[in-house]
Amino acid sequence: MTPEELSQAIAETRDNALRELASLASPEALERWRTTYLGRSSGITSLLRKVSSLPVEARPEVGRLGNQARSLLEERLSQREEEVKGGVLSALGEAGRIDVTLPGRPLMIGRLHPITRTLREICQSFVTMGFQVVEGPEVEWDRYNFELLNIPKGHAARDMWSTLWVDYEDEQGEHPMLLRTHTSPMQIRVMENARPPVRVVVPGRCYRYEATDATHEWHFYQVEGLAVDEGITFAHLKGTLYEFARRIFGVERRVRFRCDYFPFVEPGVEMAIDCFECQGKGCHVCRDTGWIEILGAGMVHPRVLENVGYDPRKYTGFAFGLGVERVAMLKYGIDDIRHFYANDLRFLRQF
Amino acid sequence: MKVPLSWLREYVEIELPVRELAHRLTMAGIEVSGIETIGGWEECYVGHVLEVRQHPHADRLTVCTVDIGAETLQVVCGAPNVAAGQRICFARTGARLFNVHSGRHEVLKAARIRGVVSRGMICSERELGIGEDHTGIVVLDADAPVGTPLNEYMGDVILDVEATTNRPDCLSVLGIAREVAALTGASVKEPDITYPEEGDPIGDSVAVEVLDPDLCPRYTASLVSGIRMGPSPRWMQDRLIRAGQRPINNVVDVTNYVMLEYGQPLHAFDYDAVGEQKIVVRRARENERLMTLDGVERHLTPDMLVIADAHDAIGLAGVMGGANSEMGDLTKTVLLESANFNSINNRRTAQSLRLRTEASLRFEKGLRPELAEIALKRATRLVLEVAGGTVARGIADAYPERERHVRPSAILTEGRLRQVLGTPVAMERAQGILGSLGFELQREGSGSVRAFIPYWRSDIEIEDDLVEEVARIVGYDNLPTEMLSTPIPHHTPQPLTEFRERVREMLAACGLQEVITYPLTSLESLRKAGVLDEGMRPLRMSNPLSPELEYMRTSLRASMLRTVAANLRHQEGPVRLFEVGRVYVPTEEALPEERETAIVALAGPRFPVSWATPGGKGDFYDAKGVVETLLGELRLQGSFDAAPEPGFHPGKAARIVVGDTAVGVVGEVHPLALEVFDLEDTPVVVLELDLEGLHRALPAKGPAIEPMARFPSAVRDLSILVDRGVPASRVLELILRHRLVSRATLFDVYEGDRLPSGQRSLAFHLHFQSPKRTLTADEITRAMKSIVDMLRKQVGASLRQ
Repeated sequence: MTPEELSQAIAETRDNALRELASLASPEALERWRTTYLGRSSGITSLLRKVSSLPVEARPEVGRLGNQARSLLEERLSQREEEVKGGVLSALGEAGRIDVTLPGRPLMIGRLHPITRTLREICQSFVTMGFQVVEGPEVEWDRYNFELLNIPKGHAARDMWSTLWVDYEDEQGEHPMLLRTHTSPMQIRVMENARPPVRVVVPGRCYRYEATDATHEWHFYQVEGLAVDEGITFAHLKGTLYEFARRIFGVERRVRFRCDYFPFVEPGVEMAIDCFECQGKGCHVCRDTGWIEILGAGMVHPRVLENVGYDPRKYTGFAFGLGVERVAMLKYGIDDIRHFYANDLRFLRQF
Repeated sequence: MKVPLSWLREYVEIELPVRELAHRLTMAGIEVSGIETIGGWEECYVGHVLEVRQHPHADRLTVCTVDIGAETLQVVCGAPNVAAGQRICFARTGARLFNVHSGRHEVLKAARIRGVVSRGMICSERELGIGEDHTGIVVLDADAPVGTPLNEYMGDVILDVEATTNRPDCLSVLGIAREVAALTGASVKEPDITYPEEGDPIGDSVAVEVLDPDLCPRYTASLVSGIRMGPSPRWMQDRLIRAGQRPINNVVDVTNYVMLEYGQPLHAFDYDAVGEQKIVVRRARENERLMTLDGVERHLTPDMLVIADAHDAIGLAGVMGGANSEMGDLTKTVLLESANFNSINNRRTAQSLRLRTEASLRFEKGLRPELAEIALKRATRLVLEVAGGTVARGIADAYPERERHVRPSAILTEGRLRQVLGTPVAMERAQGILGSLGFELQREGSGSVRAFIPYWRSDIEIEDDLVEEVARIVGYDNLPTEMLSTPIPHHTPQPLTEFRERVREMLAACGLQEVITYPLTSLESLRKAGVLDEGMRPLRMSNPLSPELEYMRTSLRASMLRTVAANLRHQEGPVRLFEVGRVYVPTEEALPEERETAIVALAGPRFPVSWATPGGKGDFYDAKGVVETLLGELRLQGSFDAAPEPGFHPGKAARIVVGDTAVGVVGEVHPLALEVFDLEDTPVVVLELDLEGLHRALPAKGPAIEPMARFPSAVRDLSILVDRGVPASRVLELILRHRLVSRATLFDVYEGDRLPSGQRSLAFHLHFQSPKRTLTADEITRAMKSIVDMLRKQVGASLRQ
C-alpha cells in the first residue's frame, strides 16, 4: 500500500467505527465493537502494523494519523460505555423498584417499669452527693418500724401509719411483726451497724392499711435518706434537699420548707417545690396553692440517736423520706397512682 | 379543726390579710388547708321589724314595715315566725340570694305580691346560705345594731386547720390564737374564768374518788344548781355551728364551746342521776355494760376506764358520757367534769370500741393536768352566764400527783441552736420567740436559758423541741441553706443488689417489659399457680385488706400469670414480660427470708404482627433463649434437666442447673394452671430464676478476656442420625470435646417419615480452628472422621446420607 492508500484506509476505518459505535446499546455489542476495531489483530491495530512497511520518510505522518485514530476510538468507546452503563442502571431502577413506604421489620424493645426508672433517678441524684444505696427488709418488727423511731406503743402518732400486721404471735402474746409502713426502720438498722459518718439512701417497698384511690396506694415505694456526723446541720438538710429538687424537677425549681411533725425528727420539715405546671400561680396540680409537697424530713431526733448508741451531743444528722410514685406522677404527668401496678402494657410502653 | 376568724379575733388582734395569716400558720407547722368565707351578702342589713299587718289578699302572708337605719321599707313576708320588734336579716332589692324555688342564686327585684309592693325580703337561713332551715326567718339577737351591713354583722371566714398529732393545743381556738400572737407580735387576751361562788362548799354535795390514778392523773368537777335548761344564746350557737358542732342545749353547748376554746374536753352530768352523789373513777368491771349517749350499749373490759357513781358506770372516761346521767330539759343541777386521762389507755379504749369522739381525739394526744382546772372554771362561768343558777363553793379536785408535780421545763443554749441550725441565733431573739409562745424564762448563765413549758403545750420535752420552736417562728425559709461538706463515708459494696440491677437491665435488653406486681396474694392463687409447696405456710396478714391480699407471696408466678391474662385481653402482639422482686419465705421465730427472684413470661405471637415477620406463637425455646442469653452474658454454663416441675407442662419443662445448683425453671405453664388464670387458649412460657443462687454461682473473679483467634477457622457441616431419646445437648457436648472444634452450631433438627422410625437427624456447622496455625484440609477431614466414629460409639449415631 502507498502511504496515501494506508492513510485513506485508516480514515475510513475510523469513520466506519464511529458511525457504528453510535448505534450500539449493550455492553456485549460494545465488546464486539472493541474487538473489531481495537483488537490486537484487527481494525486500526492491524492497519498501524502496516506502517512499518512504508518508506521511512512517510512513516511518521501515517503513524501519527493511525495513533490519533486509535486514541479517538478508545476515547469514544469509554464515553459510549459510560452512556450504556447508565442506561442499564436506570433500567434496573425501573425493574427492581421496592415500596419504601412499607413498614420496616418491627424490633422488640424492652423497658424498665416507670417506678424502677424513677427510683434509679432519685437514688442517682443522691449518690452523686456521696450517699450510698442500701436496702432492708420489708417485713419488720414493731421495734424497728416504730419503737426505736420514738413512736411508742399506743402513741397517737401511730395513726399516721395505718399498719398491716403479720399473723405472728411471740411468747408474750404480742404481735410484733408487720409490713414496714415506711423505709425509716432502715435508719435504725444502718446506724446499729455502723459508726458515723453515715450517708445512705434506702429505696424500697412500703405498705399501709389504706384504701386505694387515685392518689393513695396501700403498696408503694419510698426512698429514705439519712446523713449523720459531727457538724451536720439544718442548713445541710435544706441544701441537700434543694439540690435533689433541682436535679429531679429542673434547675429553675424553687423550694419551700415548712414545719411539720414526725416523731423521729426534731425539728420536723416538709418540703414543697413551686408548681411547675402553673409556675406558682395556682392550678389543679398544686390544688391552687402554687406549691407541691414532695417530702418529709427533719433533724434526727436525739432519742433516735440514743437508741442506736450515738451520742446526740456529739452527732447530729438529718433524715428524709419521699414517695416515689408521687415523684413519678409529677414528672410524667400521671393522674392516677393505680396505673403503676395495673401493669397494662398500653401504659408501660409510654415510658 | 374549723376556726372561725370572728372567734379567733376575740383573743388576738389580726391585722394581716386572711391569706397571709393562713400562709404564716402553715409555714410554722399549723397547716391551713382551706379558707371558707361566710357572707357575700351585698345589700343586706340588720333590720328592725316595726309593724306586722295581715296581707289584704292572702291569708298566709304578712306586710311588714322594716327599719334598716337609713330608710324604712315595706315588704311582704311569708314566714310564720315574723313579729314586730324583731331584729332580722333584711335584703334590699339588688341583693343576690339563693332562690329556694328556682334553686339558683338570683338578684332580688322589687315586686308586687298579690297587689302589695314588696321592696326586699326578710331572709331565712337557707336564703342566706348559712343553714338548711327555711321554715321561718332568722331572728337576730335583740341588741343587733339596726342598719349594720349583714357582712359586717355576721360575715366570717373559717380557717380549716390541720393540727399535727403532737399539737392537741391547736385543736382549740385559743391555741391557734397563741400561735397567731407569736407569729405577728400581738398579745393574747385570755378568756374570763372568774365567777361568784355563792352555794355551799362542793364537798357537801359531791365526793370524788379516783381509784386508778395511773389512768386518771387528775379529776376536777364543779357544781351549779338551780339552772334553767334551754337553748344556748345565738352567739354561742353560731360559733359552734361555724366550728362544725351541732348545738344541743345550753349546758352541753358550754362543754363543747370550752372544748373548742381550750382544747380540754369536758362533760356535764345531771347531778340528780349520780347515785349517792359520788363520783368514782375506776376501771370497768368484768362484763360491765354502759349505754353511751349515742344509744349504743357498750361491752366494757377491765382495761377501760369509767366514771361511775356509787353503783354503776355513768360515763366512758374521756370518750363519751352515759345515757343514764344525760342532761335533760328538767335537769336542775349540773356536775361539770374536767379531767385528765391517760392518752394511751384512752386511745386504746376508743379504738377497741370503734368510738373516736372529739373528746378522745384530744385526750389520746396527751393533755396537761393543769389545763383541766382552767377549763373547768371557764365552763362554770359560762354555765352561770347562759343557764343561770348558783355555783357551789370551790371545786372538787382529785390530783394525787400534785405534790410530786414539778413544773416541766427544758434548757436552751446558744450552742445547741448553732449546732442544730447551722447558724448563730442571738439568745435575745430566741428568748423573745419563746416568750411570745408563752414560755416563762429563767436565765441559767450566759447563753443558756431555762424555759418553763406553758400548760397548754404537751409536745415540748427536750432542748431540741425548743430549737424547733425558735426555728419555726423565725421561719425555715429564713435559715441558711448549705451543701454537705462533711466527709463522705467509705463505700460498702452491695454485690447482690448490683447483680439484681444488672439482671434487670439484661432482661430489658432481651426485649422484655418490666412489670411490678403486688407482693400480697391469696393462698388460692398460689395454689392454682402450682407454687404452694407442701407444708410451706406463707406469711399471713392478721388484718388483710381483702381476701385477695392476705398472704405474702412465695413465688412471682401467680401475679405474673394474672398480669399476662389481663394484657392478653387487649393485646394482639407478643406479651413479653419480666419482673424482678422478692418472695417471702417464712422462717421459725424470725423475720422471713426475703429472696430476690426474677420471672419472665412469654405469651402470644413470637413477633409483633407484621407483613415482614413470620407468624407463630412463642414456645419453650423462646424462654430458653432468654436464659441462655442471660447465662452467656454472665459467662455461666447452664444445663437443662428435663424434670417434672409443679405447675408446669409435664413434657415441656426443665430445671436450670449451674454448677451443681438448681437456679431456676423454664417451661410451659401447665394447661390446668392456664385454665384457672383464664388463659386456656394461649400457651404461656415462664422462666423463673433464683437470683441469689445465680449470684452465688458467679465466679469470684470475672472471666478473663479471651484473645481473638489469629488463624482462620474452617467450617464443615455434619449431619447425623440418632435415636430420638438422645439429648441434643449430649451430642453437642461430645462434638465440642474434640480439641480442634472451637464452636458447633446446631442448625437443623428433622424428624419425619423419611427417616427410620424413632430416629432424628441433627445437623451442625462445625468450626475447626487451632490457636497455633492454619489447619490443613487433611487435618480437618481426619478430625471429622474421628468425631463421627466417636459419636457412633458413644450414642449410636450414623452419618445421614
